[in-house]
Amino acid sequence: MSAPAVRKRKPLSPPTWLERYGMLALGVLLVGGMSLAALLAPWIAPYDPNAINVDALLLTPSLAHPLGTDALGRDVFSRILFGGRVSLWVGFVAVGISTGIGLALGLISGYFGRITDEIIMRLVDVMLCFPSFFLILAVIAFLEPSLTNIMAVIGLTSWMGVARLVRAETLSLRGRDFVLAAKVAGAGPGRIIVRHILPNALAPVLVSATLGVAGAILVESSLSFLGLGVQPPDASWGNMLMDGKEVLEVAPWLSVYPGLAILFTVLGYNLLGESLRDILDPRLRR
Amino acid sequence: MTRTLLRIAAKLAWVAVVFFGITVISFWVIHLAPGKPTDLQTTLNPGASAVARERLEKLYGLDQPIHVQYGQWVARMARLDFGRSMSGDSRPVWDKIEERLPLTFGMNIISLILTLAVAIPIGVAAAWRQGGTFDRISTVVVFAGFAMPSFWLALLLMLLLGIVWPVLPISGLTSLGFAKLSFWGKAWDLCRHLALPVFLYTFGSLAGMSRFMRTSMLEVLRQDYILTARAKGLPARTVIFRHAMRNALLPVITILGLSVPGLIGGSVIIESIFALPGLGQLFYQAVMSRDYPLIMGSLVLGAVLTLAGNLLADAGYGLADPRIRQSGGQSAEQSVEQTGGQTGAQSGEPSGKESA
Repeated sequence: MSAPAVRKRKPLSPPTWLERYGMLALGVLLVGGMSLAALLAPWIAPYDPNAINVDALLLTPSLAHPLGTDALGRDVFSRILFGGRVSLWVGFVAVGISTGIGLALGLISGYFGRITDEIIMRLVDVMLCFPSFFLILAVIAFLEPSLTNIMAVIGLTSWMGVARLVRAETLSLRGRDFVLAAKVAGAGPGRIIVRHILPNALAPVLVSATLGVAGAILVESSLSFLGLGVQPPDASWGNMLMDGKEVLEVAPWLSVYPGLAILFTVLGYNLLGESLRDILDPRLRR
Repeated sequence: MTRTLLRIAAKLAWVAVVFFGITVISFWVIHLAPGKPTDLQTTLNPGASAVARERLEKLYGLDQPIHVQYGQWVARMARLDFGRSMSGDSRPVWDKIEERLPLTFGMNIISLILTLAVAIPIGVAAAWRQGGTFDRISTVVVFAGFAMPSFWLALLLMLLLGIVWPVLPISGLTSLGFAKLSFWGKAWDLCRHLALPVFLYTFGSLAGMSRFMRTSMLEVLRQDYILTARAKGLPARTVIFRHAMRNALLPVITILGLSVPGLIGGSVIIESIFALPGLGQLFYQAVMSRDYPLIMGSLVLGAVLTLAGNLLADAGYGLADPRIRQSGGQSAEQSVEQTGGQTGAQSGEPSGKESA
């Protein structure tokens, strides 16, 4: 699948082995657990996440409300579960967009080379030099913050890494014998790219997409924290923390649990991505 | 010599192209978005008629087609005129930016120094005994650092150090009686107010930087000359500091240049949490009130800083590495990719890998 290992690797000592697969296991556990909780939210949430209850304002965590209630009497545990759906959705759609763009531009750039390559790579340079969080903020504020806009903007400003990655991979693949063979057999550029190069370039993309989900979730929660993300009454981890900040002194639990949810989820995707990198590409082991 | 000049010329041309691209994209995105700044001023005021709105649009030049507006904007930029803010005070954009520069700059530079001072030793130590206890502990901490949203850590620290155990102020830049304090009193007051924000900035870049240093160091430690140095019996200290670290530091120069956009973005969040009157807060306010000239001014400033960081990194790399100076072959950015520049998900850029 990929080039033969250039460097001789030392045999793995047992602790390293444990460390490597421990990372993978923890990543799978965190990602799986958080995804499951988000997907099953409507069935496992004890309360309606948006139901205001004036008799239960700012309750400390208890049996009835395992993570307490917020300033409007809404159950924090239920809101975290539903907030997880938002994060998951944003993460996947945004990464879908950025990976799609990155793959397409990277393949085109790497395969056709010359002026096409030059133009696309300069575009990548421009986008990389953007203070992108500034731009995201501006665009979201202008377009009205909505889930669709957030996903689109995050996706449109984060495809550059994938494009570079795929381009490099394509460059090294296009001169290989099997690609030449396909060319000799009369395959056109479209067929060669889709059938022969794309499948062989997917491994690093999978890694960067996994890490990208973590990045997108962080950006979404930052935006929501600034009030430019998911709008109330809908719950997202970021806007729950924004609400929590207002009552930090009287209800600290509102500022703790949603953040833990972000931490675990992002950590999970990062661990998963790093372990996938090790597994899929032995050349990058370190 | 001519080759060097050519390379510098090419680099400058590249900077010009990138700068042009950034301004075009920013301008279009901002002006094509539905809604105008005059909407906010007129809808809030029921007395404002359609005529008044038109007059306002004319005043700001918003009635012109967008390429004309862009042309006018470029013409003004060429004279270093950022225009006037559209908000109530209509002050020149540059004045508004200038008075906030020192705070944001100062905080970022202090935290940058702190980051380097902490991250480099961590990275070197982790790489020297790869897989050892320190390496494993620092890896765990780094992963936690990557996953920790800075605004959440800010809330936790405010809770801990501002409320539960009130030792630090958690909002603003100065205390109430600031004007009456002596010089040292003022300095101490500022330090106390900036301690948490600077810590957060530092924490935000620490994980990425130490990880990067570790990767770079590992790469160097695999080289033959390190083996030679160790084989001839040099003490570990000499090998680390004289042979390995100096080479491993090279890619760090580049990553510093590339980290500018992230720092700019981070200042929006941290300054808004701690109510600090810096550039990030200014930008946030500008965005909320659709103050076009101020937004464009901030974006341009951000782009200039980013490009300057880039250029400085390239120049620094060339100065530090004689191989680059002589061959002029590869740019610093490429070599970062080869080291597998790993800054994690937070920077939004997956690590590059150049196998071609």
